[in-house]
Amino acid sequence: MSDKLVTITVDDKEISAPAGSYLLPVCLENDIYIPNLCYLEGMETPPASCRLCLVEIEGRPGPQVSCRCLIEDGMVVKTNSEEILKLRQIAFRLLVSTNDGSCKSCISNRSCELQQIAKFLHQPLRTKRLRHIDRAYPPLIDDHPYLVYEPKKCLLCGRCVYVCNNIEKGYKLSFAQRGMDTIVSFFGSDLDPASAFCKECFACTEVCPVGSLSSKEKWKAFVDGLK
Amino acid sequence: MKSNKSPEEYLKEHADEARAAVTALKNSSNPVIYVGAATCGRAAGALETIAGFETALEENGITAEIRKVGCLGHCYAEPLVIIQNPGFPPLLYQKIGAGEAGILVRSFLKDGSDPCYEYLIGALEADENFPTLMDYPRYLYEKRVVMAHCGLIDPAEIDHYLAVGGYESLASGLKKGSEWVLEEVKSANLRGRGGAGFPAGRKWEIARQVEAEEKLLICNGDEGDPGAYMDRTLLESNPHQVLEGLALAALAVGAEKALLYIRAEYPLAVKVMESAISQAESKNLLGANILGSDFSLAVSVFQGSGAFVCGEETALIESLSGRRGMPKLRPPYPAVSGFAGRPTIINNVKTLSTVPSIIKNGAAWFLDIGTPDSPGTAIFSVVGEVEYPGLVEVPMGVTLEHLVVDVCGGIKNGKELKAVQIGGPSGGCLPASLMDTIIDFDSLRSVGAMMGSGGLVVMNEDTCMVEVARYFTDFTQGESCGKCTFCRIGTRHLREILHSITIGEGLPGDINDLTEISEAVVAGSLCSLGKTAPNPVLTTLRFFRDEYVAHVEGKCCPARMCRTLTAFYIDLEACARGCDACVACCPTESIFTTSNRKKAIDQEKCVKCGECVYACPPEYDAVRRVSPPELIPDQGVEPLPENEKEESEA
Repeated sequence: MSDKLVTITVDDKEISAPAGSYLLPVCLENDIYIPNLCYLEGMETPPASCRLCLVEIEGRPGPQVSCRCLIEDGMVVKTNSEEILKLRQIAFRLLVSTNDGSCKSCISNRSCELQQIAKFLHQPLRTKRLRHIDRAYPPLIDDHPYLVYEPKKCLLCGRCVYVCNNIEKGYKLSFAQRGMDTIVSFFGSDLDPASAFCKECFACTEVCPVGSLSSKEKWKAFVDGLK
Repeated sequence: MKSNKSPEEYLKEHADEARAAVTALKNSSNPVIYVGAATCGRAAGALETIAGFETALEENGITAEIRKVGCLGHCYAEPLVIIQNPGFPPLLYQKIGAGEAGILVRSFLKDGSDPCYEYLIGALEADENFPTLMDYPRYLYEKRVVMAHCGLIDPAEIDHYLAVGGYESLASGLKKGSEWVLEEVKSANLRGRGGAGFPAGRKWEIARQVEAEEKLLICNGDEGDPGAYMDRTLLESNPHQVLEGLALAALAVGAEKALLYIRAEYPLAVKVMESAISQAESKNLLGANILGSDFSLAVSVFQGSGAFVCGEETALIESLSGRRGMPKLRPPYPAVSGFAGRPTIINNVKTLSTVPSIIKNGAAWFLDIGTPDSPGTAIFSVVGEVEYPGLVEVPMGVTLEHLVVDVCGGIKNGKELKAVQIGGPSGGCLPASLMDTIIDFDSLRSVGAMMGSGGLVVMNEDTCMVEVARYFTDFTQGESCGKCTFCRIGTRHLREILHSITIGEGLPGDINDLTEISEAVVAGSLCSLGKTAPNPVLTTLRFFRDEYVAHVEGKCCPARMCRTLTAFYIDLEACARGCDACVACCPTESIFTTSNRKKAIDQEKCVKCGECVYACPPEYDAVRRVSPPELIPDQGVEPLPENEKEESEA
């Protein structure tokens, strides 16, 4: 990023921003909302894995991920073309088609980013358009000494893996398995907390957009509160 | 360490020695037996064949040398054996098990009279007493450039490669300089054989121009397409050709380090390559100051852990770095910033294997083969319902029909060609009406298929295209790395919908959903695995839409392949009284004798395995398949009364 400002047009609105910034944060700062899940502010190379932040850029073929698109002077961006809206809706429906559980009994109810995106896209949180896909995991994995993980809520955005490895340098969270069976996993066990080498920074739980990963303590308090 | 001798002079010393050794073997007064013992040959029993030869030679007191060679690509004829018996031209034999080995030793080697024509394919050299290989279409129509020496030279001995002019291209490349090598490959327009077809020379040039302390060259041997084994064969059958191409590429790029990324499921390829590397090093063809020049290259083997997605460049680099093999968004391209941030060139085994011949014969020679936009040859592993399946090398630009019908002998058992699936799990299914499509990168892409790495599955009229789409989608969704939404979940939905359709539970909106999700997965996925995964679905929807409609609306599988939608019955007119060939093969004892002593199937018990179709003698051919199952005609079948049963058994 440099001090030089460039001007881009997003949905007919002119925006000036430092050259070399990524398009997604520039739009977000200028009140143009683009749905996103895997992006975190300050990421050097965002993983571009949730595929919700797709936009159209004049002169480039096909939809582009705005989180990894460096802005250039004179760039013309459309965040709401028919094709983009359709792709986003399908991506959203795909995500919710694998999700289980009700919002009422979820620790992230009302602070959930998926709920916000649903509202923005005018999409229901339970889709009737697609078959439901049940993921082959128990609702709760709690063998970590300090964390609980609800895999059926997890959107595999990877924010937790990113902060653990790139920010906190804990190197404890990782993806495991393939295809639909992919989950976030960790080493170590409840029986021997030392084996987890977890710093108990809980950065991973703070970045989780949907409350799939929580600190054991908070989660217990939440469950007790439900009773 | 700069020497006065030129690389070519250095090489000549090795080559002269090698030629002498190989000539001595060729002119040996004792017979030499070459057995095709690459992985495919071994699977067909080549090691038993070798044991058979050893025993027979000992029993008959004959001295002969046995050599394990690689694969000729003629899978239908394995185990393949070439016998060099003094006084005869080298003869190629097919389907030689341990028993046949014994016969060959006794009749041909001991008595010297009978060359066992019953097992013979032909002579390797023109001879008036024997048919030659060129008399067969399979040999005549092929254009062997990359596979020219596969199955004919001993991959365990560098001398065999040196004797056929091996490493001469490297020596001349070293003499003429890296820029010349790059320009030659660029003008030859060699396109990457790993699937995408990106020009190799241009890729090299990108990395060559990047300023970096260290550059890396990787040979991608992570072949993972179901039914594809071109790379394995090249690695196992002519390892030095790969190494020579690798060294030339490294020279052009300016890399001094190279890696062979081979999947761990290819243990023989790993072993062969490791031994080839150390032999090449011992002759100063790899390592420091190659052939007295100032170019050095350290080569090692890295074993991949068998994830299909690691064939993708960025995932391969992640896996090399010790991390989970997940693709990354490009740019940056690996040619600019790859392994540990260094410029990294990743080329497929076939691409690198092609390089030595381009350097040897020149770009103009290469451009003469194939089509202007896709010069050179293409190697396909042709499998499925063809007469002569195997590895086939043809010039680009021939039609699919030529490949399937002329080269590979057409469809087996007098059936009709229905479709070919070309380009591996992310390729497309093309119908018989498109068999005049030309084989090159762009023509295939224009009809919705792709060159891919060269898998080609030939299907006859008994293949259900919905089931084919389901099979390949099942594979890709299982191999998705799970990173991006469209590939991870989208391909799973495709599979679920396809599965429902094949079991007769398809819903009216399913065909539209398949199209919509497929198009979204293509447009939205992060890497090429996701972007191409829906190809089998999209092409079957495009060319075989009727079959989808029949499944969903009529609950009927026109190919009568999907079990739930199919039923078997025995045509009483055709069934022979007293024959009970089908009874014994039925795993669920669902076949019973009727009152007129013919056979019938109890539909309640039948699991639709289809064994009875094969068991029924061809002269009766009485087992019929129908779809939907309700179409079984009422033949008024009555079981044979209990009292008569005993009578007939007695």
